[in-house]
Amino acid sequence: MFFYNLRLALKSMRRNPIMTGLMVAAIAVGIGVSMTTLTVYYIMGSNPIPEKSDRLFAVTLDSWNPIRPFDEDHPERAPHQLTFHDAERLVDMAEGKRQVAMFESSLVIEPEAADQLPFEAGARVTTGDFFEMFNVPFLYGSGWDSSADRSAERVVVLSRKLNDRLFGGEDSVGNWLTMQGKRFQVVGVIDAWEPMPRFYDPINGPVQEVNEMFIPYSLTRSLELFSAGSDWGWKDEDIESFEQWLNSESVWVQYFVELDSPRDRDEYQAHLDAYVNEQKKLGRFERPLNNHIYNVEEWMDYHEVVASDSKVLLGLSFLFLVVCLLSTIALLLTKFAGKKGETSLRRALGASRRVIFSQQIVEVAVIGFSGGLIGLLLALLGLQGIDYLYDAPDSLVRLDWFMVLVAIALAIVSATIAGVYPAWRVCRIQPASQLKTL
Amino acid sequence: MLQMSKIQKIYRTDLIETHALRELSVTVSDGEFVAVTGSSGSGKTTFLNIAGLLESFDHGQYLLDGKDVSRMSDDERSIYRNQKIGFIFQSFNLIPDLNLFENVDVPLRYRRLSSADRKQRIEQALETVGLASRMKHLPSQLSGGQQQRVAIARALAGEPALMLADEPTGNLDTAMAHQVLDLLDQIHADGTTIVMVTHDMQLANRADRKIELLDGRVQTEEVVKPNFPREVDYSKAEPVSARA
Repeated sequence: MFFYNLRLALKSMRRNPIMTGLMVAAIAVGIGVSMTTLTVYYIMGSNPIPEKSDRLFAVTLDSWNPIRPFDEDHPERAPHQLTFHDAERLVDMAEGKRQVAMFESSLVIEPEAADQLPFEAGARVTTGDFFEMFNVPFLYGSGWDSSADRSAERVVVLSRKLNDRLFGGEDSVGNWLTMQGKRFQVVGVIDAWEPMPRFYDPINGPVQEVNEMFIPYSLTRSLELFSAGSDWGWKDEDIESFEQWLNSESVWVQYFVELDSPRDRDEYQAHLDAYVNEQKKLGRFERPLNNHIYNVEEWMDYHEVVASDSKVLLGLSFLFLVVCLLSTIALLLTKFAGKKGETSLRRALGASRRVIFSQQIVEVAVIGFSGGLIGLLLALLGLQGIDYLYDAPDSLVRLDWFMVLVAIALAIVSATIAGVYPAWRVCRIQPASQLKTL
Repeated sequence: MLQMSKIQKIYRTDLIETHALRELSVTVSDGEFVAVTGSSGSGKTTFLNIAGLLESFDHGQYLLDGKDVSRMSDDERSIYRNQKIGFIFQSFNLIPDLNLFENVDVPLRYRRLSSADRKQRIEQALETVGLASRMKHLPSQLSGGQQQRVAIARALAGEPALMLADEPTGNLDTAMAHQVLDLLDQIHADGTTIVMVTHDMQLANRADRKIELLDGRVQTEEVVKPNFPREVDYSKAEPVSARA
């Protein structure tokens, strides 16, 4: 019976193409708008590293002003970044399975080819654990090891994009690169990697693209690398040299640690408290003990990666879908009113109300399916628009199979719900009432 | 086949009540061809709708093929209607965007028959009315008489115990009307019970019996062919397709 109803639905849709087109368009626009916002919401709200998000922890230490908290709205929170020297000490102590201290900077690259001009490229200055800790995939080579960190070796890992630009996409491992007048050896090229949201650095933007290159944290001093990212300070300090800045109370280094078990987490928390208590003896950390570690999902919540206005926008887009569905209901009522004669005849020839109802529901489901397909195209256009306006990474403006299925299901279900009342009205038609109108 | 006893039907609006049938009692035997006549407003159509289980009634009893239909639910009535009754309407009532095969298929679809069984019944019914070669045509590609023959095929395909015809020749010219009447005669000769509503007395005279309604009651009843039940010599029956 389903396939019979399906055939009748297609015939009925062809019978009045303008009205069918209007209904499909109403659903398509509603689905297109709601799927655009839902996709962004879904990607921003999804776990970017589900395989180990409960083992990766962002570290915060409350080295802030003793007079007022770092965040007046959330006084329980410590600053979201560490001072350079605290991060350096924690890395040296290596109490976690892996630890990463990092900040964003930029360097000027001087290409070997005479016809290429020097250009500035964004860099993540980090420790070698970054790559294994965050499961970074490599196209060529690998990250650097801890000995490179200790000896501040001038090594670099390139993004695929930068490797394409500098080396035409070829395996550049072992090649040399001149930056800031210094020679760096390429040790690895990362493959396509766009965690979304960018969980390891939501402070500098959860939807930013991955940095163009990575260099060792231990090069900060020798190259006098300043932070190109977030930098917060509270203390009135005389800073006249780079070394003074590194030793200041400004917080600009993000810190992550990998811990395998809840017990490790407790022990690491105790380790942080012990470190801060030691620093207190030196006159630092004047606020009460307030050190925290957050797993990835807690860290995303901390930074409100899924902003409350996104939720409002999502709600509004679904309200718009409801408005589109109300228009569809009105059109369905008109369309079904034109089928009274046929319905009356079918009832006379033996169709029960349930059969008539299911026939109409199959028709609205087909209309919903068609609207869903077109809505998907509109959603893709919407995402391209977001890409155009905000220069968002590809992973944010892409519909995966799950979202495609959600769009189709949403279209069919919402159209079916919209069709219930018109279908119910049609199936209430008395068999004898409209026989002379066919 | 059909036994109505003291059937009463009242149409009500906020302002008026219309007594369409007043304690109407009608009996139709198996295999009988009965014509129901009467002037406009006499209750013919209401009688036919109730006989065809298309409408409910307020009082009385109605036995169709031995079964009391008064207490049937809407769904039960749909199933029973589909299994027992074939309809022929004045305006043919074919679905315009279904071809002849699909139009005849409509009532069979609601009977959960196998595809092969449906196909065989449809082809046979269209063969009987002489339109087997045009089963892929749309109704709009046929004359009025041919459309009515398709409607008859649709009624026949369900092998109904009772065939109800509402002014079956009302929209046809004389030549086409004769073709349709000959077809009804043949169906009747094959043993199907027919109840036909008409205001055309010439047409009514082809039935075994005439019942005239007036103000929702039986006014007169006349046996036209006293030899009912007749003996039919099927060997002399002329194929309809040959006459078409």
